[in-house]
Amino acid sequence: MTFTIPIENGNGVKNAEADSQRTLYPYVTGTSVVAIKYKDGILMASDMGGSYGSTLRYKNIERMKAIGKHSLLGASGEISDFQEILRYLDELMLNDNMWDDGNSLGPKEVHNYLTRVMYNRRNKFNPLWNTLVLGGVKNGEKYLGMVSMIGVSFEDNHVATGFGNHLARPILRDEWREDLSFEEGVKLLEKCMRVLLYRDRSAINKLQIAKMTEEGVTVSEPYSLKTFWDFKAFTNPTVGAEGSW
Amino acid sequence: MFRNQYDTDVTTWSPTGRLFQVEYAMEAVKQGSAAIGLRSRSHVVLACVNKAQSELSSHQRKIFKVDDHIGVAIAGLTADGRVLSRYMRSESINHSFTYESPLPVGRLVVRLADKAQVCTQRSWKRPYGVGLLVGGLDESGAHLYYNCPSGNYFEYQAFAIGSRSQAAKTYLERRFESFQESSREDLIKDAIMAIRETLQGETLKSSICTVSVLGVDEPFHFLDQETIQKVIDTFEKVPEEEEDAGEGEAEPEAAPGAAGTGEQGGSGDQDVAPMEM
Repeated sequence: MTFTIPIENGNGVKNAEADSQRTLYPYVTGTSVVAIKYKDGILMASDMGGSYGSTLRYKNIERMKAIGKHSLLGASGEISDFQEILRYLDELMLNDNMWDDGNSLGPKEVHNYLTRVMYNRRNKFNPLWNTLVLGGVKNGEKYLGMVSMIGVSFEDNHVATGFGNHLARPILRDEWREDLSFEEGVKLLEKCMRVLLYRDRSAINKLQIAKMTEEGVTVSEPYSLKTFWDFKAFTNPTVGAEGSW
Repeated sequence: MFRNQYDTDVTTWSPTGRLFQVEYAMEAVKQGSAAIGLRSRSHVVLACVNKAQSELSSHQRKIFKVDDHIGVAIAGLTADGRVLSRYMRSESINHSFTYESPLPVGRLVVRLADKAQVCTQRSWKRPYGVGLLVGGLDESGAHLYYNCPSGNYFEYQAFAIGSRSQAAKTYLERRFESFQESSREDLIKDAIMAIRETLQGETLKSSICTVSVLGVDEPFHFLDQETIQKVIDTFEKVPEEEEDAGEGEAEPEAAPGAAGTGEQGGSGDQDVAPMEM
Protein backbone atom coordinates (compact mmCIF):
# COMPACT_ATOMS: atom_id res chain seq x y z
CA MET A 1 0.00 0.00 0.00
CA THR A 2 1.57 3.25 -1.07
CA PHE A 3 -1.16 5.61 0.06
CA THR A 4 -1.69 6.74 3.64
CA ILE A 5 -5.10 6.66 5.21
CA PRO A 6 -5.84 8.98 8.12
CA ILE A 7 -6.36 6.72 11.11
CA GLU A 8 -8.41 7.76 14.14
CA ASN A 9 -6.45 6.64 17.15
CA GLY A 10 -8.33 8.03 20.13
CA ASN A 11 -5.92 10.96 20.28
CA GLY A 12 -7.05 12.50 16.98
CA VAL A 13 -6.04 11.80 13.43
CA LYS A 14 -2.56 10.38 12.93
CA ASN A 15 -0.70 9.23 9.87
CA ALA A 16 2.84 7.89 10.12
CA GLU A 17 2.72 6.40 13.61
CA ALA A 18 -0.62 4.78 12.97
CA ASP A 19 0.67 3.24 9.74
CA SER A 20 3.39 1.47 11.66
CA GLN A 21 0.68 -0.15 13.75
CA ARG A 22 -1.07 -1.79 10.81
CA THR A 23 -0.06 -5.07 9.21
CA LEU A 24 1.28 -4.33 5.76
CA TYR A 25 3.06 -7.60 4.94
CA PRO A 26 3.86 -10.81 6.78
CA TYR A 27 7.33 -11.67 8.05
CA VAL A 28 7.50 -15.21 9.43
CA THR A 29 5.03 -17.38 7.58
CA GLY A 30 3.76 -20.91 7.63
CA THR A 31 2.73 -22.64 4.45
CA SER A 32 -0.23 -24.90 3.64
CA VAL A 33 -2.60 -26.64 6.02
CA VAL A 34 -4.77 -29.45 4.64
CA ALA A 35 -7.76 -30.94 6.44
CA ILE A 36 -10.48 -33.50 5.72
CA LYS A 37 -13.53 -34.95 7.40
CA TYR A 38 -13.36 -38.70 7.84
CA LYS A 39 -15.56 -41.37 9.39
CA ASP A 40 -14.89 -40.55 13.03
CA GLY A 41 -14.07 -36.87 12.80
CA ILE A 42 -11.46 -34.56 11.32
CA LEU A 43 -7.88 -35.06 10.16
CA MET A 44 -5.58 -32.11 9.68
CA ALA A 45 -1.97 -31.97 8.45
CA SER A 46 0.61 -29.22 8.33
CA ASP A 47 4.36 -29.01 8.28
CA MET A 48 6.42 -27.44 11.01
CA GLY A 49 8.16 -24.76 9.01
CA GLY A 50 8.32 -21.01 9.54
CA SER A 51 9.81 -19.17 6.56
CA TYR A 52 11.43 -15.77 6.83
CA GLY A 53 10.91 -14.65 3.27
CA SER A 54 12.77 -17.21 1.17
CA THR A 55 14.77 -18.58 4.09
CA LEU A 56 13.42 -21.67 5.80
CA ARG A 57 14.31 -20.23 9.17
CA TYR A 58 12.24 -22.04 11.81
CA LYS A 59 11.71 -25.76 11.68
CA ASN A 60 9.82 -26.54 14.85
CA ILE A 61 6.67 -24.45 14.71
CA GLU A 62 3.42 -26.16 15.67
CA ARG A 63 0.83 -24.68 13.37
CA MET A 64 -2.07 -26.69 14.72
CA LYS A 65 -3.49 -26.26 18.21
CA ALA A 66 -6.40 -27.72 20.15
CA ILE A 67 -9.07 -25.22 21.22
CA GLY A 68 -11.06 -26.42 24.20
CA LYS A 69 -12.37 -29.98 24.06
CA HIS A 70 -14.12 -29.83 20.74
CA SER A 71 -12.02 -27.90 18.23
CA LEU A 72 -8.72 -27.81 16.38
CA LEU A 73 -7.24 -24.73 14.75
CA GLY A 74 -4.63 -24.81 11.98
CA ALA A 75 -3.10 -21.69 10.49
CA SER A 76 -0.95 -20.61 7.61
CA GLY A 77 0.46 -17.12 7.14
CA GLU A 78 2.02 -14.84 9.73
CA ILE A 79 3.04 -16.87 12.78
CA SER A 80 2.89 -13.97 15.22
CA ASP A 81 -0.72 -13.26 14.18
CA PHE A 82 -1.53 -16.93 14.72
CA GLN A 83 -0.16 -16.62 18.26
CA GLU A 84 -2.31 -13.54 18.81
CA ILE A 85 -5.37 -15.47 17.66
CA LEU A 86 -4.49 -18.25 20.08
CA ARG A 87 -4.44 -15.66 22.85
CA TYR A 88 -7.91 -14.40 21.86
CA LEU A 89 -9.23 -17.94 21.79
CA ASP A 90 -7.60 -18.74 25.10
CA GLU A 91 -9.50 -15.88 26.70
CA LEU A 92 -12.70 -16.91 24.95
CA MET A 93 -12.47 -20.52 26.12
CA LEU A 94 -11.49 -19.47 29.61
CA ASN A 95 -14.60 -17.36 29.98
CA ASP A 96 -16.68 -20.13 28.49
CA ASN A 97 -15.31 -22.62 31.01
CA MET A 98 -15.82 -20.21 33.89
CA TRP A 99 -19.58 -20.31 33.34
CA ASP A 100 -19.35 -23.94 34.38
CA ASP A 101 -22.92 -24.51 33.32
CA GLY A 102 -22.93 -27.51 31.01
CA ASN A 103 -22.85 -25.35 27.89
CA SER A 104 -19.70 -25.09 25.83
CA LEU A 105 -18.56 -23.38 22.65
CA GLY A 106 -18.29 -25.88 19.83
CA PRO A 107 -16.38 -25.67 16.55
CA LYS A 108 -19.20 -23.83 14.77
CA GLU A 109 -19.23 -21.11 17.41
CA VAL A 110 -15.43 -20.77 17.38
CA HIS A 111 -15.41 -20.61 13.59
CA ASN A 112 -17.99 -17.86 13.59
CA TYR A 113 -16.18 -15.93 16.27
CA LEU A 114 -12.97 -16.10 14.24
CA THR A 115 -14.83 -14.97 11.12
CA ARG A 116 -16.05 -11.90 12.99
CA VAL A 117 -12.54 -11.15 14.27
CA MET A 118 -10.88 -11.55 10.87
CA TYR A 119 -13.51 -9.52 9.06
CA ASN A 120 -13.42 -6.71 11.58
CA ARG A 121 -9.66 -6.47 11.32
CA ARG A 122 -9.88 -6.42 7.54
CA ASN A 123 -12.35 -3.54 7.74
CA LYS A 124 -9.87 -1.55 9.77
CA PHE A 125 -7.16 -2.19 7.16
CA ASN A 126 -5.20 -4.05 9.82
CA PRO A 127 -5.64 -7.71 9.00
CA LEU A 128 -4.43 -10.75 10.86
CA TRP A 129 -2.38 -12.19 8.03
CA ASN A 130 -3.59 -15.78 8.31
CA THR A 131 -5.77 -18.33 6.67
CA LEU A 132 -7.30 -20.42 9.41
CA VAL A 133 -8.69 -23.93 9.32
CA LEU A 134 -11.11 -24.79 12.09
CA GLY A 135 -12.25 -28.37 12.59
CA GLY A 136 -14.00 -30.23 15.33
CA VAL A 137 -16.58 -32.72 16.51
CA LYS A 138 -19.32 -31.97 18.98
CA ASN A 139 -22.25 -34.19 19.90
CA GLY A 140 -21.42 -36.47 17.01
CA GLU A 141 -21.48 -33.69 14.45
CA LYS A 142 -18.33 -33.11 12.42
CA TYR A 143 -17.46 -29.56 11.45
CA LEU A 144 -14.72 -28.28 9.15
CA GLY A 145 -14.41 -24.68 8.06
CA MET A 146 -12.00 -22.05 6.90
CA VAL A 147 -11.53 -18.28 7.39
CA SER A 148 -9.22 -16.15 5.31
CA MET A 149 -7.47 -12.90 6.23
CA ILE A 150 -10.15 -10.88 4.49
CA GLY A 151 -12.94 -12.61 6.33
CA VAL A 152 -14.10 -15.03 3.64
CA SER A 153 -15.50 -17.97 5.52
CA PHE A 154 -17.09 -21.28 4.60
CA GLU A 155 -17.44 -24.92 5.54
CA ASP A 156 -16.65 -27.95 3.46
CA ASN A 157 -15.73 -31.64 3.63
CA HIS A 158 -12.12 -30.85 2.82
CA VAL A 159 -10.23 -27.57 3.01
CA ALA A 160 -6.70 -26.36 2.39
CA THR A 161 -4.82 -23.10 2.61
CA GLY A 162 -2.32 -21.42 0.30
CA PHE A 163 -0.68 -23.80 -2.13
CA GLY A 164 -2.78 -26.58 -0.74
CA ASN A 165 -5.76 -25.09 -2.56
CA HIS A 166 -4.01 -25.57 -5.89
CA LEU A 167 -2.13 -28.81 -5.30
CA ALA A 168 -4.02 -30.75 -2.62
CA ARG A 169 -7.68 -29.99 -3.23
CA PRO A 170 -7.79 -31.46 -6.74
CA ILE A 171 -6.54 -34.72 -5.25
CA LEU A 172 -9.14 -34.49 -2.51
CA ARG A 173 -11.93 -33.72 -4.95
CA ASP A 174 -11.14 -36.95 -6.75
CA GLU A 175 -10.36 -39.21 -3.85
CA TRP A 176 -12.26 -38.00 -0.78
CA ARG A 177 -15.17 -40.12 0.48
CA GLU A 178 -17.59 -39.71 3.33
CA ASP A 179 -16.56 -42.92 5.10
CA LEU A 180 -12.76 -42.83 5.03
CA SER A 181 -11.18 -44.82 7.82
CA PHE A 182 -8.42 -43.30 9.89
CA GLU A 183 -5.68 -45.12 7.95
CA GLU A 184 -7.18 -44.19 4.58
CA GLY A 185 -7.51 -40.58 5.68
CA VAL A 186 -3.92 -40.38 6.79
CA LYS A 187 -2.74 -41.94 3.52
CA LEU A 188 -4.77 -39.40 1.58
CA LEU A 189 -3.37 -36.49 3.56
CA GLU A 190 0.17 -37.80 3.20
CA LYS A 191 -0.33 -38.01 -0.54
CA CYS A 192 -1.33 -34.33 -0.55
CA MET A 193 1.53 -33.33 1.72
CA ARG A 194 4.03 -35.19 -0.44
CA VAL A 195 2.94 -33.30 -3.56
CA LEU A 196 3.22 -30.06 -1.59
CA LEU A 197 6.67 -31.05 -0.41
CA TYR A 198 7.84 -31.62 -3.97
CA ARG A 199 6.31 -28.51 -5.43
CA ASP A 200 5.98 -25.85 -2.68
CA ARG A 201 9.34 -24.25 -2.03
CA SER A 202 8.37 -23.16 1.48
CA ALA A 203 7.40 -26.67 2.57
CA ILE A 204 9.73 -28.72 4.74
CA ASN A 205 9.83 -32.44 5.30
CA LYS A 206 8.71 -32.44 8.90
CA LEU A 207 5.00 -32.69 9.41
CA GLN A 208 2.35 -33.36 12.00
CA ILE A 209 -1.06 -34.91 11.56
CA ALA A 210 -3.81 -34.08 14.03
CA LYS A 211 -6.89 -36.17 14.69
CA MET A 212 -10.11 -34.77 16.12
CA THR A 213 -12.90 -37.09 17.28
CA GLU A 214 -15.65 -37.02 19.85
CA GLU A 215 -13.15 -38.20 22.44
CA GLY A 216 -10.76 -35.31 21.87
CA VAL A 217 -7.75 -34.03 19.96
CA THR A 218 -4.44 -35.75 19.38
CA VAL A 219 -1.57 -34.11 17.54
CA SER A 220 0.99 -36.60 16.32
CA GLU A 221 4.71 -36.39 16.93
CA PRO A 222 6.57 -34.78 14.02
CA TYR A 223 7.71 -37.17 11.29
CA SER A 224 8.92 -37.04 7.71
CA LEU A 225 7.62 -38.43 4.47
CA LYS A 226 9.60 -40.73 2.24
CA THR A 227 10.55 -38.92 -0.91
CA PHE A 228 12.01 -39.99 -4.20
CA TRP A 229 14.15 -37.55 -6.07
CA ASP A 230 15.44 -39.87 -8.78
CA PHE A 231 12.62 -39.30 -11.19
CA LYS A 232 14.09 -38.85 -14.65
CA ALA A 233 12.40 -35.50 -14.91
CA PHE A 234 14.20 -34.36 -11.77
CA THR A 235 17.62 -35.79 -12.66
CA ASN A 236 17.58 -34.57 -16.21
CA PRO A 237 15.16 -31.68 -16.31
CA THR A 238 16.26 -30.16 -19.61
CA VAL A 239 15.95 -33.26 -21.78
CA GLY A 240 13.75 -32.32 -24.68
CA ALA A 241 14.32 -28.58 -24.14
CA GLU A 242 18.03 -27.94 -24.64
CA GLY A 243 19.20 -24.65 -23.27
CA SER A 244 16.56 -24.31 -20.60
CA TRP A 245 17.21 -24.79 -16.94
CA MET B 1 -47.02 -1.33 53.90
CA PHE B 2 -45.33 0.09 56.99
CA ARG B 3 -43.48 3.38 57.07
CA ASN B 4 -39.81 2.94 57.86
CA GLN B 5 -37.09 5.48 58.34
CA TYR B 6 -34.69 3.31 56.34
CA ASP B 7 -36.69 3.06 53.16
CA THR B 8 -35.97 6.36 51.49
CA ASP B 9 -33.32 5.14 49.13
CA VAL B 10 -32.04 1.83 47.93
CA THR B 11 -28.53 2.42 49.22
CA THR B 12 -29.64 2.55 52.86
CA TRP B 13 -29.58 -0.64 54.88
CA SER B 14 -32.06 -1.14 57.69
CA PRO B 15 -30.68 -2.18 61.08
CA THR B 16 -32.04 -5.66 60.48
CA GLY B 17 -30.03 -6.01 57.27
CA ARG B 18 -32.77 -5.35 54.73
CA LEU B 19 -33.01 -3.08 51.71
CA PHE B 20 -36.58 -1.88 51.88
CA GLN B 21 -36.65 -0.29 48.44
CA VAL B 22 -35.82 -3.66 46.92
CA GLU B 23 -38.57 -5.31 48.94
CA TYR B 24 -41.04 -2.63 47.89
CA ALA B 25 -40.06 -3.34 44.30
CA MET B 26 -40.94 -6.97 44.87
CA GLU B 27 -44.34 -5.80 46.11
CA ALA B 28 -44.90 -4.19 42.74
CA VAL B 29 -44.50 -7.60 41.16
CA LYS B 30 -47.25 -8.96 43.37
CA GLN B 31 -49.63 -6.26 42.14
CA GLY B 32 -49.36 -7.22 38.50
CA SER B 33 -51.72 -9.75 36.97
CA ALA B 34 -50.70 -13.38 37.12
CA ALA B 35 -48.09 -15.04 34.95
CA ILE B 36 -47.32 -18.74 35.05
CA GLY B 37 -44.52 -20.89 33.71
CA LEU B 38 -44.04 -24.64 33.56
CA ARG B 39 -41.45 -26.83 31.96
CA SER B 40 -40.87 -30.41 30.99
CA ARG B 41 -37.69 -32.02 29.74
CA SER B 42 -38.23 -30.63 26.26
CA HIS B 43 -40.83 -27.83 26.43
CA VAL B 44 -41.62 -24.66 28.33
CA VAL B 45 -45.09 -23.12 28.53
CA LEU B 46 -45.66 -19.53 29.61
CA ALA B 47 -49.18 -18.32 30.26
CA CYS B 48 -50.70 -15.17 31.63
CA VAL B 49 -53.99 -13.51 32.45
CA ASN B 50 -54.96 -10.70 30.10
CA LYS B 51 -55.66 -7.60 32.10
CA ALA B 52 -57.02 -4.48 30.44
CA GLN B 53 -57.08 -1.00 31.94
CA SER B 54 -60.74 -0.60 31.12
CA GLU B 55 -63.41 -2.18 29.00
CA LEU B 56 -62.50 0.19 26.21
CA SER B 57 -58.79 -0.63 25.98
CA SER B 58 -56.93 -3.67 24.76
CA HIS B 59 -55.02 -5.79 27.19
CA GLN B 60 -51.36 -5.33 28.09
CA ARG B 61 -48.80 -7.56 26.46
CA LYS B 62 -47.07 -9.60 29.13
CA ILE B 63 -45.34 -12.33 27.18
CA PHE B 64 -42.50 -11.47 24.81
CA LYS B 65 -40.45 -13.49 22.38
CA VAL B 66 -36.78 -12.97 23.04
CA ASP B 67 -35.54 -15.41 20.41
CA ASP B 68 -36.74 -18.59 18.75
CA HIS B 69 -35.63 -20.50 21.79
CA ILE B 70 -36.34 -18.03 24.63
CA GLY B 71 -39.53 -16.38 25.81
CA VAL B 72 -40.32 -14.21 28.83
CA ALA B 73 -43.49 -13.52 30.81
CA ILE B 74 -43.58 -10.49 33.09
CA ALA B 75 -45.56 -9.29 36.08
CA GLY B 76 -45.35 -5.84 37.62
CA LEU B 77 -44.41 -2.57 35.93
CA THR B 78 -44.89 -3.51 32.31
CA ALA B 79 -42.77 -0.60 31.12
CA ASP B 80 -39.77 -1.95 33.04
CA GLY B 81 -40.60 -5.36 31.61
CA ARG B 82 -40.56 -4.06 28.06
CA VAL B 83 -37.18 -2.43 28.54
CA LEU B 84 -35.70 -5.62 29.99
CA SER B 85 -37.18 -7.66 27.14
CA ARG B 86 -35.46 -5.34 24.71
CA TYR B 87 -32.18 -5.90 26.56
CA MET B 88 -32.67 -9.66 26.41
CA ARG B 89 -33.42 -9.55 22.69
CA SER B 90 -30.33 -7.49 22.13
CA GLU B 91 -28.07 -9.88 24.08
CA SER B 92 -29.55 -12.85 22.29
CA ILE B 93 -29.13 -11.46 18.81
CA ASN B 94 -25.58 -10.25 19.51
CA HIS B 95 -24.62 -13.74 20.62
CA SER B 96 -26.25 -15.28 17.55
CA PHE B 97 -24.37 -12.88 15.32
CA THR B 98 -20.97 -13.58 16.82
CA TYR B 99 -21.30 -17.33 17.36
CA GLU B 100 -24.09 -18.35 14.95
CA SER B 101 -25.54 -20.26 17.79
CA PRO B 102 -28.42 -19.61 20.20
CA LEU B 103 -27.55 -17.97 23.50
CA PRO B 104 -27.99 -20.53 26.31
CA VAL B 105 -30.85 -19.29 28.47
CA GLY B 106 -28.86 -19.88 31.69
CA ARG B 107 -26.28 -17.33 30.60
CA LEU B 108 -28.89 -14.78 29.57
CA VAL B 109 -30.57 -15.04 32.94
CA VAL B 110 -27.33 -14.33 34.79
CA ARG B 111 -26.72 -11.21 32.73
CA LEU B 112 -30.26 -10.08 33.47
CA ALA B 113 -29.77 -10.68 37.17
CA ASP B 114 -26.50 -8.76 37.19
CA LYS B 115 -28.26 -5.88 35.44
CA ALA B 116 -30.96 -5.87 38.11
CA GLN B 117 -28.36 -5.98 40.88
CA VAL B 118 -26.75 -2.78 39.61
CA CYS B 119 -29.98 -0.96 40.34
CA THR B 120 -29.87 -2.08 43.94
CA GLN B 121 -26.49 -0.51 44.53
CA ARG B 122 -26.68 2.95 42.97
CA SER B 123 -28.19 5.88 44.79
CA TRP B 124 -29.41 7.47 41.55
CA LYS B 125 -31.27 4.39 40.34
CA ARG B 126 -34.27 2.41 41.46
CA PRO B 127 -34.79 -1.35 41.22
CA TYR B 128 -36.77 -2.67 38.25
CA GLY B 129 -40.34 -3.22 39.38
CA VAL B 130 -40.94 -6.33 37.36
CA GLY B 131 -40.59 -10.07 37.88
CA LEU B 132 -39.63 -12.12 34.84
CA LEU B 133 -40.37 -15.73 34.11
CA VAL B 134 -37.78 -16.66 31.52
CA GLY B 135 -38.28 -19.92 29.66
CA GLY B 136 -35.75 -21.22 27.19
CA LEU B 137 -33.51 -23.95 25.87
CA ASP B 138 -29.85 -24.71 26.11
CA GLU B 139 -27.64 -27.76 25.61
CA SER B 140 -29.10 -29.53 28.61
CA GLY B 141 -32.73 -29.10 27.58
CA ALA B 142 -35.58 -26.83 28.63
CA HIS B 143 -35.29 -24.43 31.58
CA LEU B 144 -37.54 -22.04 33.46
CA TYR B 145 -36.09 -19.24 35.55
CA TYR B 146 -37.58 -16.51 37.71
CA ASN B 147 -35.69 -13.20 37.84
CA CYS B 148 -36.70 -10.87 40.61
CA PRO B 149 -36.04 -7.15 41.18
CA SER B 150 -33.49 -7.98 43.86
CA GLY B 151 -31.13 -9.40 41.25
CA ASN B 152 -31.68 -12.98 42.38
CA TYR B 153 -32.69 -15.67 39.99
CA PHE B 154 -33.93 -19.18 40.60
CA GLU B 155 -34.61 -22.15 38.41
CA TYR B 156 -38.04 -23.75 38.63
CA GLN B 157 -39.99 -26.71 37.36
CA ALA B 158 -43.07 -24.50 37.55
CA PHE B 159 -43.81 -21.10 39.06
CA ALA B 160 -46.43 -18.39 39.22
CA ILE B 161 -46.07 -14.68 39.94
CA GLY B 162 -48.40 -11.72 40.25
CA SER B 163 -51.74 -11.30 41.97
CA ARG B 164 -53.54 -14.40 43.21
CA SER B 165 -50.56 -16.46 42.10
CA GLN B 166 -50.70 -18.39 45.38
CA ALA B 167 -53.71 -20.29 44.12
CA ALA B 168 -51.85 -21.26 40.97
CA LYS B 169 -48.76 -22.18 42.98
CA THR B 170 -50.80 -24.49 45.15
CA TYR B 171 -52.15 -26.20 42.07
CA LEU B 172 -48.67 -26.49 40.58
CA GLU B 173 -47.15 -27.76 43.82
CA ARG B 174 -49.47 -30.72 43.75
CA ARG B 175 -48.61 -31.66 40.18
CA PHE B 176 -45.06 -30.50 39.47
CA GLU B 177 -43.42 -33.88 39.96
CA SER B 178 -45.04 -35.13 36.79
CA PHE B 179 -44.10 -32.14 34.65
CA GLN B 180 -40.58 -33.25 33.76
CA GLU B 181 -41.94 -36.18 31.74
CA SER B 182 -45.14 -34.47 30.64
CA SER B 183 -46.16 -34.35 27.04
CA ARG B 184 -46.46 -30.98 25.38
CA GLU B 185 -50.25 -31.17 25.42
CA ASP B 186 -50.46 -32.03 29.11
CA LEU B 187 -48.10 -29.20 29.93
CA ILE B 188 -50.35 -26.72 28.10
CA LYS B 189 -53.39 -28.11 29.83
CA ASP B 190 -51.75 -27.74 33.22
CA ALA B 191 -50.78 -24.16 32.43
CA ILE B 192 -54.34 -23.23 31.55
CA MET B 193 -55.68 -25.03 34.61
CA ALA B 194 -53.24 -23.07 36.74
CA ILE B 195 -54.47 -19.85 35.12
CA ARG B 196 -57.95 -20.89 36.03
CA GLU B 197 -56.95 -21.14 39.68
CA THR B 198 -55.91 -17.50 39.70
CA LEU B 199 -59.22 -16.39 38.23
CA GLN B 200 -61.11 -17.73 41.26
CA GLY B 201 -64.63 -17.62 40.05
CA GLU B 202 -64.41 -15.83 36.74
CA THR B 203 -65.23 -18.05 33.81
CA LEU B 204 -62.22 -19.30 32.00
CA LYS B 205 -62.33 -18.19 28.37
CA SER B 206 -59.61 -18.13 25.76
CA SER B 207 -59.91 -14.34 25.54
CA ILE B 208 -58.83 -13.99 29.15
CA CYS B 209 -55.53 -15.79 28.80
CA THR B 210 -52.47 -15.79 26.57
CA VAL B 211 -50.44 -18.98 26.23
CA SER B 212 -47.07 -19.46 24.58
CA VAL B 213 -45.00 -22.58 23.94
CA LEU B 214 -41.43 -23.32 23.04
CA GLY B 215 -39.64 -26.63 22.77
CA VAL B 216 -36.69 -28.55 21.47
CA ASP B 217 -38.14 -28.77 17.96
CA GLU B 218 -40.55 -25.91 18.25
CA PRO B 219 -39.63 -22.24 18.12
CA PHE B 220 -41.33 -19.85 20.52
CA HIS B 221 -44.83 -18.96 19.42
CA PHE B 222 -48.22 -17.99 20.84
CA LEU B 223 -51.15 -20.38 20.74
CA ASP B 224 -54.13 -18.94 18.95
CA GLN B 225 -57.49 -18.40 20.62
CA GLU B 226 -59.04 -21.46 18.96
CA THR B 227 -56.41 -23.84 20.22
CA ILE B 228 -56.66 -22.46 23.74
CA GLN B 229 -60.44 -22.69 23.69
CA LYS B 230 -60.26 -26.30 22.56
CA VAL B 231 -58.07 -27.16 25.53
CA ILE B 232 -60.43 -25.31 27.86
CA ASP B 233 -63.35 -27.19 26.42
CA THR B 234 -61.80 -30.51 27.31
CA PHE B 235 -62.08 -29.83 31.01
CA GLU B 236 -64.67 -27.11 31.42
CA LYS B 237 -68.27 -27.94 30.84
CA VAL B 238 -70.55 -25.12 29.66
CA PRO B 239 -71.57 -23.06 32.77
CA GLU B 240 -75.35 -23.84 32.47
CA GLU B 241 -74.70 -27.49 33.24
CA GLU B 242 -73.02 -26.93 36.61
CA GLU B 243 -75.75 -28.73 38.53
CA ASP B 244 -76.10 -31.70 36.22
CA ALA B 245 -72.49 -32.57 35.54
CA GLY B 246 -71.38 -32.14 39.16
CA GLU B 247 -67.88 -32.23 37.72
CA GLY B 248 -66.74 -29.73 40.28
CA GLU B 249 -66.74 -26.37 38.50
CA ALA B 250 -69.08 -25.17 41.25
CA GLU B 251 -66.49 -25.97 43.87
CA PRO B 252 -63.63 -23.73 42.63
CA GLU B 253 -66.12 -20.86 42.52
CA ALA B 254 -67.15 -21.54 46.09
CA ALA B 255 -63.62 -21.92 47.44
CA PRO B 256 -61.68 -18.66 47.12
CA GLY B 257 -58.24 -18.03 48.59
CA ALA B 258 -56.17 -19.97 51.07
CA ALA B 259 -59.10 -21.18 53.09
CA GLY B 260 -60.16 -23.42 50.28
CA THR B 261 -56.98 -25.47 49.95
CA GLY B 262 -58.68 -28.60 51.16
CA GLU B 263 -61.65 -28.06 48.95
CA GLN B 264 -59.43 -27.03 46.08
CA GLY B 265 -57.60 -30.27 46.56
CA GLY B 266 -60.84 -32.15 46.25
CA SER B 267 -62.08 -30.18 43.30
CA GLY B 268 -58.66 -30.46 41.71
CA ASP B 269 -58.86 -34.21 41.83
CA GLN B 270 -62.33 -34.19 40.41
CA ASP B 271 -61.17 -31.86 37.66
CA VAL B 272 -58.43 -34.28 36.77
CA ALA B 273 -60.81 -37.17 36.21
CA PRO B 274 -62.81 -35.80 33.23
CA MET B 275 -59.57 -34.92 31.41
CA GLU B 276 -58.26 -38.42 31.79
CA MET B 277 -61.45 -39.93 30.46
